[in-house]
Amino acid sequence: MSTSFELNGVSTTLDADPAMPLLWAIREVAGLHGTKFGCGMALCGACTVHVSGKPVRSCVMPLSAVAGKQVTTIEGLQSKQAKAVQEAWILLQVPQCGYCQSGQVMSATALLESNAEPTDADIDGAMSGNICRCATYTRIRAAIHAAAQSIKA
Amino acid sequence: MSTPENARAGHPILWTLAVLMAAVVAFIAYLVFAPGPTAFAKGQRIALADYHDKDPTGVPDELKSASLEVRGEYLARAADCAACHTVRGGETFAGGRAFILPFGTIYSTNITPDADTGIGAYTDADFLNAVHKGLGRANGKLYPAMPYASYTYMTDADALAIKAYLFTLKPLHAPTPTNTLAFPFNQRGLMSIWSAMFNPDKRYEPDLQRDAVWNRGAYLAEAMGHCGECHTPRNLAFALNNRKKFAGAVQAGWRAYNITPDRSSGVGTWSDAEMSQYLSTGHAQGRGMASGPMGEAVDASLSHLQAGDLAALMTYLRTVPGIATDDLPVLRTTPAAATFAEGGSFSSEAGGSAVYAGACAGCHGWTGVTPGVASVTLMGIRGVNDATATNVAQVIIHGGERLAPDGPLNMPAFGSAYSDSEIAGVANYVTARFGARASALTAAEVAKLRTQE
Amino acid sequence: MIRPSPAAASSTRRDFLKTAGSATAVALTIGFEWLGPPRRAMAAVGSPAVFAPNAFLRVGADGSVTVIAKHVEMGQGAHTGIATVLAEELDADWKQVRVESAPANAKLYANLAFGTMQGTGGSSAMANSWSQLREAGAKGRAMLLAAAAQEWKVPVSDLTVDKGVVYHAGSKRQAAFGALASRAAALPVPDNVTLKDPQDFKLIGHQCPRLDVPSKVDGSAQFTLDVALPGMLVALLKRPPLFGATVKSFDPNAASAVPGVVKVVQVPRGVAVVAKSFWAAKQGRDALSVDWDDSHAEKRSTSQMMNEYRQLAERPAASALKVGDAAAAIKSATHTVAASYEFPYLAHAPMEPLDAVVKLTAGSCEIWAGDQFQTVDQGNAAKAAGLEPQQVSIHTLFAGGSFGRRANVGSDYIVEAVSIAKAYGADGTPIKLQWTREDDIHGGLYRPMYFHKLEAGLNERKELVGWRHVIVGQSIMAGGLFEVMVKDGIDPTSVEGASTIAYKIPNIDVELSTTKNAVPVLWWRVVGSSHTTFAVEAFIDEVAHAAGKDPFAFRRDLLEHEPRMKAVLELAADKAGWNNGPMPKGKGRGIAVGEAFKTFVAQVAEVSVDDRGRVTVDRVVCAVDCGIPINPDVIAAQMEGGIGFGLGAVMYSAITLQDGRVEQDNFNSYRVLRMNEMPKIEVHIIPSGEAPTGVGEPGVAPIGPAVANAIFAATGTRVHVLPFPKSNQV
Repeated sequence: MSTSFELNGVSTTLDADPAMPLLWAIREVAGLHGTKFGCGMALCGACTVHVSGKPVRSCVMPLSAVAGKQVTTIEGLQSKQAKAVQEAWILLQVPQCGYCQSGQVMSATALLESNAEPTDADIDGAMSGNICRCATYTRIRAAIHAAAQSIKA
Repeated sequence: MSTPENARAGHPILWTLAVLMAAVVAFIAYLVFAPGPTAFAKGQRIALADYHDKDPTGVPDELKSASLEVRGEYLARAADCAACHTVRGGETFAGGRAFILPFGTIYSTNITPDADTGIGAYTDADFLNAVHKGLGRANGKLYPAMPYASYTYMTDADALAIKAYLFTLKPLHAPTPTNTLAFPFNQRGLMSIWSAMFNPDKRYEPDLQRDAVWNRGAYLAEAMGHCGECHTPRNLAFALNNRKKFAGAVQAGWRAYNITPDRSSGVGTWSDAEMSQYLSTGHAQGRGMASGPMGEAVDASLSHLQAGDLAALMTYLRTVPGIATDDLPVLRTTPAAATFAEGGSFSSEAGGSAVYAGACAGCHGWTGVTPGVASVTLMGIRGVNDATATNVAQVIIHGGERLAPDGPLNMPAFGSAYSDSEIAGVANYVTARFGARASALTAAEVAKLRTQE
Repeated sequence: MIRPSPAAASSTRRDFLKTAGSATAVALTIGFEWLGPPRRAMAAVGSPAVFAPNAFLRVGADGSVTVIAKHVEMGQGAHTGIATVLAEELDADWKQVRVESAPANAKLYANLAFGTMQGTGGSSAMANSWSQLREAGAKGRAMLLAAAAQEWKVPVSDLTVDKGVVYHAGSKRQAAFGALASRAAALPVPDNVTLKDPQDFKLIGHQCPRLDVPSKVDGSAQFTLDVALPGMLVALLKRPPLFGATVKSFDPNAASAVPGVVKVVQVPRGVAVVAKSFWAAKQGRDALSVDWDDSHAEKRSTSQMMNEYRQLAERPAASALKVGDAAAAIKSATHTVAASYEFPYLAHAPMEPLDAVVKLTAGSCEIWAGDQFQTVDQGNAAKAAGLEPQQVSIHTLFAGGSFGRRANVGSDYIVEAVSIAKAYGADGTPIKLQWTREDDIHGGLYRPMYFHKLEAGLNERKELVGWRHVIVGQSIMAGGLFEVMVKDGIDPTSVEGASTIAYKIPNIDVELSTTKNAVPVLWWRVVGSSHTTFAVEAFIDEVAHAAGKDPFAFRRDLLEHEPRMKAVLELAADKAGWNNGPMPKGKGRGIAVGEAFKTFVAQVAEVSVDDRGRVTVDRVVCAVDCGIPINPDVIAAQMEGGIGFGLGAVMYSAITLQDGRVEQDNFNSYRVLRMNEMPKIEVHIIPSGEAPTGVGEPGVAPIGPAVANAIFAATGTRVHVLPFPKSNQV
């Protein structure tokens, strides 16, 4: 069975089990490897992608659920918020092992796309679902603030 | 106020006694002469043998020509024997599951055909005694956790078909743990009195004013599936109070919801498609997922029913009188605000939003309508619109698993890693943010819920 | 070259373990017979090496400087640190520096702290590479200079180098490294070189941006998960539900019927489902039914084991340290203090669940993994494959975290992958073994569970005169390759941090009772100090309280002979405003200090405890002395991360067994720290001229006791059981 949707701005049809989680369809069928597998239960956020602009955990979302929708992965980030986030991540040297960071960047981008100047509480709300075992959390917080400021400037 | 007459010693006491006696008699009468499960229909009941429409008992047409054992298997599923007679994760029908009641713990028995510890030595008459009258072969009166006041409506033929099926299974040696009941409940003899009062000991009598589909549904709901055992509140004598039939009750720490057709508290607004999907799969879009004991009922019983039986069951459910329940308000359907910050402030048990942000928002989102898997949307679900938050807390503690049409749903169990206070907090946060009325569950109440099976 | 000599370092009781982690002595006793390079040449990657004066450096014609890293990059910043040290002596332009992982070749790439073995651990990457890489860089620089001198016919002494360009001031000539590379390649490698005066460092001590960060921000970084080879299959392994159980029988039919499943094979550790995709393999494994033989399995619960540990703590045990007569001192003391501390099993739970790709043929085994233990893995893989170690080659990729998990003597995940490839047919089909998170949480090799019992005596002047410390728990080293480390009943990794206690106490007795069960255990970030530092630092706080002394002052007074430890303690206290007066009601400050792998760390934690007893850690001030700070920003990041890692563990994490079955599954029940639980952190680095030591682990140790001591300051309640009991959060 095949499912058609827009992947990083390109109409895409993937021939795969419609119950296959979007994560594995993106990784193993579409061949985009930036989105990571961390828990398979929507508990860690490593697999976060955007579906219709909203952050979702692709590890529990069946491929069938994105039919006709727009899916954006770390490889397809284009918005000015995304670029600001990635620049701030480099400036503040956020990543350590880096494995969770695609998901962190996706969640942070979605936050800034809906909230131009998030408070610490907003950041807690949007980012606490993304686990980082290296605990880069203080830098993630600082980088989100920095990205918000750089967009404003 | 005292008068010269009753001021004299003796008389007032006698008067009081007399009034008390009368009240007790009236109360006992109220209990004993309580309506039966199908009394609401007010139709003329006749013996099954005299009923000439399609037989509401037995197996559906599809299985009519099947062997006795195959028919028995279907009926055993319809009667959901496995749910109670199986320990979670244990061997089916080997018993041993604990039922924590207000007056102690009792254990279900082994109903595999093991001669020593199971029902291997049961004659047909023994089996019928157990199913219809709650009489155990060796151990005397059974406690009404065994729903014999419901199973008593089952025909002999159906009960014996179930027995025939059970006897095809592998005998498992599994002694039943000893019940730990407080006095006087440990006196099995007292159960005879209970039975005399509350077990009608009669087989299903069709209602002449209703059609065969309704009667089939009634038979499935009352004699087999025993829906009322969970969904009907109990009176002081622990018997079903059919004056509030299907209006909902708390059972094993979970809330069995109001399944009357009431449009605010019950299932009156559910479409046939939703109800059918929910009963057969344990999940309906926008209605949530069957968890806890209902999840087990779907897995072990309802999901195995033939389509015709499911339809009959639904037909019957729709005819029960609607009853509104105070703390089950009309379901809220307006989504919550889109962002974390716009949630409003929730005073009860702080910290709920922090737990929600970390453990819940990833799947369930901030509006209650999930951005990802539609099946896990919280908006419009009964549990979330329950001002006690009982089932919300239970699902958080124990988790749940379902196969939804678009793939498996898996709610992880958070009970072991989160404190009572955190679970109370997040449950209250969920009802306040997404439900019609905020709950005020406390950490102490969560601690109690944890002890329930 | 400076090679730490364990024999020399063990001259004092404390220094034995401080040398470079506990695996130091291995080199003395274990010989690896396969130290040569793999017979199968590794494909060269990166720019063509015009100039490669040694195993660590390549300079391309384009001027690119490629540093070959013998240590895995798993988040700790090793690649950047290694490149910094080499590039410093080379005087390279940081913008042209890149890093490549070394192949498995212990002859060239041994961890000098481990002796003859290639691997990463014990926070030793910088410490053991320091001199080696400086020398490698300096030799390269000397040869490039010689090349320029030869070309320009000028004396070397007239040349200067800056950012990858050689200058001759007199003739105003200049040449980039790339232009000099081929001429340099023809020159002899000098025997001796002069290393820079640290005052002239341009990169070391400055914030060189991490080389791995850009690729980790745009999703292009390659982890093992991302390896995709033509025809590659994915395997999931069904392992026994109890430790020590084995396969009795299995029915492959339901699994084989899942579309995409290619083969179901039995291997020593279980039954593997090999499929065309992860999803097919997962569904196949879900459908697979296996009967297990659990007759030799561990069936006890952790609560039973802990009961047994409590009893063992009352019985005589092996002595790990004996100074004076602690028992007598405590007996004759005017005040005594006693406490016990309980530590659970802990999973490492790195974000990347374990994974490895193996391409196995009749004569070769090629492995792709975030490999932390190349030499050991090479040997184990060879054994599993039935090959010689030299026939095994390893591509070391980024590891998505490890915290010690990917370095284990049995090479569990590597051996599983190899044995699956072998059972599949060893036909050259690349197979990726993928663990799920549940596999990881259930999979064993945990930080062991421990019970600690402590007693102390104070004299009439409230001075600490006696200290008795009994530790009960499993040995990490026993029964494996590192068994030789266990001497006289003492596994140093069980007692380090306790037997190396820094406080000046006249009578000390540290004992160890080693237990045995079938739960596999392993070092976990900061190894022994993950529990010993908690016990020592929480207990010294109780002793200070009993003595009526300020917890900071009490510690400081016992550290006069330990200037580096005292300095971090004082710096942390000062920066935290320790003496700025009491905190408001419901808040408290706690302090703790520790040394691990020769790095000294002190932390002050500030906590709030609300009226329900829920603990929030608001702020942590950290002071660290790790010798010459190679990259201050990486040091700060490791302290921040270590604090978050350690804090999550003490607050939430535990692996428990019920009747032998692990009760946790995933991050719902094995809880770790999240964003909204992370405190504000300040890191202060002590300037130092000492040789650099590691920073990946030492930051983890003090946070637990600092927070526990802060909770006491706020509430008057001591924490004796980890993770903090839920009642502390109710």
